Amino acid sequence: MAVAPDTAAQFSEYAHPERLVTTEWLAEHLGEPGLVVVESDEDVLLYETGHIPGSVKVDWHTELNDPVTRDYIDGAAFAALLSGKGISRDSTVVIYGDKSNWWAAYALWVFTLFGHEDVRLLDGGRAKWQAEGRPFTTDATDIVPADYPVVERDDTTVRAFREDVLAHLGSPLIDVRSPEEYSGERTTAPAYPEEGALRAGHIPTAQNVPWAKAAAEDGTFKPREDLEAIYRRDAGIGEDEPVIAYCRIGERSSHTWFVLTHLLGQENVRNYDGSWTEWGSAVRVPIVTGTEPGGV
Amino acid sequence: MTGSDGVLPASLSDIREEFLALEQKDRLLLLLEFSNDLPALPERLRGHEDELERVEECQAPVFIDVAVDGDAVTLAATAPREAPTTRGFASILVQGLTGLRPDEVLAVPSDFPQMLGLTEAVSPLRLRGMSGMLSRIKRQVASKTAA
Repeated sequence: MAVAPDTAAQFSEYAHPERLVTTEWLAEHLGEPGLVVVESDEDVLLYETGHIPGSVKVDWHTELNDPVTRDYIDGAAFAALLSGKGISRDSTVVIYGDKSNWWAAYALWVFTLFGHEDVRLLDGGRAKWQAEGRPFTTDATDIVPADYPVVERDDTTVRAFREDVLAHLGSPLIDVRSPEEYSGERTTAPAYPEEGALRAGHIPTAQNVPWAKAAAEDGTFKPREDLEAIYRRDAGIGEDEPVIAYCRIGERSSHTWFVLTHLLGQENVRNYDGSWTEWGSAVRVPIVTGTEPGGV
Repeated sequence: MTGSDGVLPASLSDIREEFLALEQKDRLLLLLEFSNDLPALPERLRGHEDELERVEECQAPVFIDVAVDGDAVTLAATAPREAPTTRGFASILVQGLTGLRPDEVLAVPSDFPQMLGLTEAVSPLRLRGMSGMLSRIKRQVASKTAA
């Protein structure tokens, strides 16, 4: 059973305002039947230091990724994972996390691969909840296991693979990494661990729009007008064009995927999760260095 | 791993035993304990964090200070509370390496982070931050003992 959406005025301009909730809304709805709050962070221990009361943790790396193959878990594993977290197919899931919801957006995108319908982000994430002095607890959440069905993952709608990107060259491609990674000065974000790509640079024709441009100081999403300026006016993405976003392993680009899909209402946006750690090590794929997008 | 055991100092090998004795989930909680127990920076370094060496391999702003006083290495580190995993790694190294002789620190196997049984609970990617810290510590010890 879905929980009523947040009708906060600041979301009304977005294409799909029901994909966001405010901290006020969440505080009022905590504990409501049908709502499951999920924390998903970059830091695997942050949840344990204190989390929103009643929330459960989903770790992107140890739980959403297949432990052997570089891929996401399959339908059976996803069903087992969500059942164990007390999430049903019709649960309203609100995800929040650290770093302006960067990893929360990644988790939301993976939930989308399995067609989980009602999944939302807490605007501003963990930092905003904390800044407002709202409660955290280290108490373990009492989970009533649910019975999540086995749903086959859909890899065709919001996910792109290397061959899709090759076929897409010439259509809008967004590189959401830092300018240094884009130009080829380095292969990882400044101050981020080396994740192993053999070449530096970007995919030809990709525009560099660092993901954080879509986030305000307090980690909330910028107003629609600002987002239109960033993605439509400056990056030149037409409303009907198919778009592929990528970064280093597909996490930062999930944030951009969320913005384009749910806040701007772009219809055909895919996230290339292989991203630079695949492209930058693949044999004979074209690469451009420097600050210009380059041609096909 | 057996080949490396010979040079693992007792302090680190005790920490390793502590982790390996636990179930995966509890290993994470032990890491959290280490994180909470990261010793505060000594007085002389407070307010001078920017002058310490930044560990670039870590996501979070982590700074380390390495001092060699005669026969003993002293370590200090600082990392934000919002980065408990990184703090935990720093704490393990600060607590495990402080008081050792420089040659003992230099002999610590560089794959020590992989020996703690955390690969599954934390992920190999995140463990790289700890490897970065360890190699920077060793580099500083080497340069300070050579001088």
